[in-house]
Amino acid sequence: MTAITAPNASEVDETAIAVSPVAAPITSSPVSGMIADWRDFFALTKPKVMRLVVFTALCGLLAAPGNIHPVIGFTAILCIALAAGGAGALNQWWEADIDAKMKRTAQRPLPRELMRRDDARDFGLLLSGASIMVMGLAVHWLAAGLLAFSIFFYVVIYTMWLKPRTPQNIVIGGAAGAFPPLIGWIAVTGEITLMPVLLFAIIFMWTPPHFWALALWVKPDYAAANIPMMPNAAGEVSTRRQSLVYSVLLLPLSLSPWFIGETGAIYGISALVLSTIFLALTVPVGLRRAVENDPMKPEKKLFAFSILYLFVLFGALVLDRVVANMGIFA
Amino acid sequence: MTPQEEEEFKRRRKARNLVIGLVLLGFVVLFYAITIVRIGEQ
Repeated sequence: MTAITAPNASEVDETAIAVSPVAAPITSSPVSGMIADWRDFFALTKPKVMRLVVFTALCGLLAAPGNIHPVIGFTAILCIALAAGGAGALNQWWEADIDAKMKRTAQRPLPRELMRRDDARDFGLLLSGASIMVMGLAVHWLAAGLLAFSIFFYVVIYTMWLKPRTPQNIVIGGAAGAFPPLIGWIAVTGEITLMPVLLFAIIFMWTPPHFWALALWVKPDYAAANIPMMPNAAGEVSTRRQSLVYSVLLLPLSLSPWFIGETGAIYGISALVLSTIFLALTVPVGLRRAVENDPMKPEKKLFAFSILYLFVLFGALVLDRVVANMGIFA
Repeated sequence: MTPQEEEEFKRRRKARNLVIGLVLLGFVVLFYAITIVRIGEQ
């Protein structure tokens, strides 16, 4: 979750399917004398997850008040992307045993024994360490500290601790994916203020309905894997109701940057429209009960829209800032 | 290792070395640019 590797969209794969409560890493996999291809290392970074991370971080950076030199701004985003990649690699290192038993993740480099497990760990540590150091030296040590914490949060708090133990895993773990815009913002301003915290809170609140929409339709996988995702642990009805609650809360929260005067009407109206649609799509998910062989269309529709929601909302935030800076509506 | 596997091994090693070289080159350029920017700010 970022960091930075948020437990989000593509994280479906990650959330995987365990057969034991905790996947204890082994030292290395027996592989032939063949060395890993560079593409295998690239795959460890979860490039699909990284897109949303980079986008939200970039939006946080562009929407922040103040100026940042393009080279420093690029470095900040690069560090956030590297940190996300490092956290993703460490996640796959830890969960290699689990991934091997899942259909969706069995084709990853580690389950296929395309590389040594220790190499994946070392690669993850290298990316994580390098991203933190460069962020600190080139951009800002507060941003570097948050980057380090977000990696720790995703790898240790979420992957190792919460995920196999509590159905609230995705709720608390969602914080990892909420860090990128906060770090992007702080890279510019150098201080934590209300606005970046609100951006953090928006993604935090968005994560449960986004993820549970998916978890509802892959419930059998989680059940088989013994992972205590909310639909399996608390039941489908409870998960649907909770998704609805989070979506209701997301509506005013997404509007709060407008209410406190930190953004203009472009963001405010976009947030109102997007969050209303989000809520309208969550209502049928929240109130219905799946039947046998249910195609789960409302859940799939909500999941697809939730990804679009975040892209457009943060895009509107940047557009709003650009228009304000140009003084078009001044 | 069969001759085909050895060929594949060499191809992968070459590709990895190339990628590592490009990444290092990229970082050299980046650090140079960062240094110039930071010096310019002072």
